[in-house]
Amino acid sequence: MLIVFYLAAIVAIISTLFAVTRSNAVHALLYLIVSFLAVAVVFFILGAHFVAALEVIVYAGAIIVLFVFVVMMLNVGAETEKSNDRWLSIKSWGGPAILAFILFAELAYVIFTKESIQTDESIVAPKQVGISLFTTYMLGIEIAAVMLMAGIIGAYHLAQIKKVNRHRFLGGEE
Amino acid sequence: MINYLWLVPVLPLLGFLILTFWGKKMSKKTIPFVGAGSVGLAALLTIIIGVQFLLSPPEGNFFNQKLWTWMSVGGMSPSIAFHLDALSLVFIFVITFVGFLIHVYSSEYMLGDEGFARFMSFMNLFVSSMLILILADNLALMYLGWEGVGLCSFLLIGFWYKDSANAAAARKAFIVTRIGDTAMALGLFMLIVNFNTLNIQEILHTAPSQWSVGSSTAVWVAFLLLGGAVGKSAQLPLQTWLPDAMAGPSPVSALIHAATMVTAGVYLIARNHVLFELAPIAMHAIAIIGAATLLMAGFAAVVQSDIKRVLAYSTISQIGYMFLALGLGAWAAGIFHFMIHAFFKALLFLGAGAVIHALHHEQNMFKMGGLRKELPIVFWTFLAGSAALAALPLVTAGFYSKDAILWYAWSSVNGNIYLWAASFFGAFITSIYTFRMVFITFWGKMKTHVHTHLGNAMQVPLIILAVLSLLAGFIETPHSLGHITIFADLLSPVLPEVQLNHGGEYTEIILQIVTALTGFIGIFIAWHFWYKKPALVYNFKQTSLGTFLHGFWLRGWDFDRFYDGLFVQPFIRLSQINKDDIVDQLNIGIANLVNWLHNVLKKTQNGNIRWYATGLAIGLILTLTIVLFL
Amino acid sequence: MNTIPIEHALLLAAVLFSIGLIGVVSRKNVILMLLSVEIMLNAAGLAFVVAGSRWIQPDGQVMFIFILSMAAAEVSVGLALILQMFHLNKSVDTKTLGKLCE
Repeated sequence: MLIVFYLAAIVAIISTLFAVTRSNAVHALLYLIVSFLAVAVVFFILGAHFVAALEVIVYAGAIIVLFVFVVMMLNVGAETEKSNDRWLSIKSWGGPAILAFILFAELAYVIFTKESIQTDESIVAPKQVGISLFTTYMLGIEIAAVMLMAGIIGAYHLAQIKKVNRHRFLGGEE
Repeated sequence: MINYLWLVPVLPLLGFLILTFWGKKMSKKTIPFVGAGSVGLAALLTIIIGVQFLLSPPEGNFFNQKLWTWMSVGGMSPSIAFHLDALSLVFIFVITFVGFLIHVYSSEYMLGDEGFARFMSFMNLFVSSMLILILADNLALMYLGWEGVGLCSFLLIGFWYKDSANAAAARKAFIVTRIGDTAMALGLFMLIVNFNTLNIQEILHTAPSQWSVGSSTAVWVAFLLLGGAVGKSAQLPLQTWLPDAMAGPSPVSALIHAATMVTAGVYLIARNHVLFELAPIAMHAIAIIGAATLLMAGFAAVVQSDIKRVLAYSTISQIGYMFLALGLGAWAAGIFHFMIHAFFKALLFLGAGAVIHALHHEQNMFKMGGLRKELPIVFWTFLAGSAALAALPLVTAGFYSKDAILWYAWSSVNGNIYLWAASFFGAFITSIYTFRMVFITFWGKMKTHVHTHLGNAMQVPLIILAVLSLLAGFIETPHSLGHITIFADLLSPVLPEVQLNHGGEYTEIILQIVTALTGFIGIFIAWHFWYKKPALVYNFKQTSLGTFLHGFWLRGWDFDRFYDGLFVQPFIRLSQINKDDIVDQLNIGIANLVNWLHNVLKKTQNGNIRWYATGLAIGLILTLTIVLFL
Repeated sequence: MNTIPIEHALLLAAVLFSIGLIGVVSRKNVILMLLSVEIMLNAAGLAFVVAGSRWIQPDGQVMFIFILSMAAAEVSVGLALILQMFHLNKSVDTKTLGKLCE
């Protein structure tokens, strides 16, 4: 089981790295799906079966599909290809890498300075999650529901492209 | 009827409101009906209430009417309540009655003025405030009236505000009295701390058991209240505002700066007499202040050339007499002199106003002269008032009131020979300057012709006041002359009787004769120097001593110059140094700092979304670092 | 069977989070920035689940579900905004957004 975990972890890291570095948006999205699937495996190993399923269905399924739709609609694959060269310069790459490394170092410091604990038999069944979700976190669920509703309405409203929809200060050509 | 007591101050207040809101739309004929009518109704009501009060005195000889609780703060709840007893009855009678006469008078005097409605509304507001001051059941409400009359005084002195000198006089009056008011407010705070109430009757009841005679708290409170009284009543050392206050119209001088408001200090002391009795030092101080003031103002009055300034200094001097009486513990005598003084001084001011009116705003006495024939009614009434002021014996009311004070200065426990001598000499000077004024104004050659002839609205009040100035004295006469004590009996439930020390009936008679004679001598001197041989005075004025004394007294003993050098100039210099306000620099510094930070932070808002993301990341790292390592 | 060291699982979350951060800060394409944000959210969710399985409590998974729904709402709104942005600027490059500042 340990080996599966480490394998999944390595796959997740590598595919995420690729997802972030690809210049072609569609490629990046495909790598991201792999990353999410790998994380789903990690969830499964950790005993969170329900969440593993959600990861596959919602993240790797629904959300990525949304991304793909948008990329397809806008047809920006070619354009991102062109900006490839500029993006790989050390100037735009170095700073974020340093920041991320510092953050990672701090997180690692936190993880390893605490005493080591082995996880043992720790399957948290979906039933438990459901009970907790609809008792203790009832309010949270309702708020999340409202938020999703707001998200749907907001997305519908914002995505509408009206005939004349230019900001008066932006000007520009139609 | 006594239950309608609340209407007495409310009626003039209503008049004020009506005139303020609709005065501009009213015709000049209806304004006096509102202005004088409201005060007249109040006067009528006061007389009815007074008669009822005297015929069937309420239980405890006072009547208390609580309207509502004003506020309730920290266990102290002053109420809007009126307290009527003999003392306040005397005051509200004088205020409403004399006030009514002056309102009637001013309905003609001020008729031609464009601010007629404004004038009447301010006068009504003044009467209302003054009545609140007098009737107040607690010191907080009294303070409201106190400040109200101060405000009206300010408004009316500066009534002709287009002349900057008048506005300056108004400011001076307001600021100088403010000094006294501040002291009084401090005194009220001390009373609150000590008694947790401002109800006058409660304080007067509990004070003797709580404070011993001469205890430091009592002395402090007494002196602080005295400060307020001194400011309002224009006594030393805060007397400088009153002569300048003559910039206001003559009816204002008559009502506010002679008859009523300036005697508020007398009322304050008489009302809180228990507190002052607990502080004998304060009593002595009152007597000395009174004596010093009456002499000082008397000398100043002798050299004035403006007829109203003569009367102003005379007012200061006469209030000095009242203070002297209060300081001697002769409460009733002080109040009696207040009432008589209100009659004859209002009369004199109205008479002077009539002369000024007739001569088209000429106030300089030396440009008048010979008005005896031209203005007979004014002359005779003015003469009656002058006789009362100079305390001519037997026939004038002023004699009876002033003689009582002189007698107590001699004979009471607190009195001594020096106080008597001062008041005696003051009476002598009084008769000199009074008849100097009369001779210069009404005798001699006519120098300015009469422009306007006077109507009934101006002359009738003069006659009524003249009759009162002559006859009102008979309700209180000394031992030697019938010993009528109506007035003292009336006040006896409120104010304790004066304690006599020595002096028999013969001494009293001798003193009275001496006083009466000096009065006549004074008149003779005035006649001799200012009518018969004015050259003598003129020659004396040319000598260096004469020039110095004349200038010195003309400027009121140079108090103005002294205060100017001591307080005003240093203050102006300080404010010039601090023109840019040191405290402001701090605020400006904060503003500059914020501006600088704004400019710095503005640079971060460069529109580059990656820059923002980097900022977020740095913030995250910093937060984590702080949580982990610090 | 489940003897996965908790540190290692959390380390995985940290690595994913850091990579996501690099993406957010360095990418110019708005779509990819949003994508990187998704990576970070996912990493945070992973940390929650790991903690939940450590204490054998459902709360970690509940939190993940909340993060999930939040991510879904955020993506829908974010993508709609990107559509509008593209419509206005004919580009998904973040530099074109700087116009707002001028």
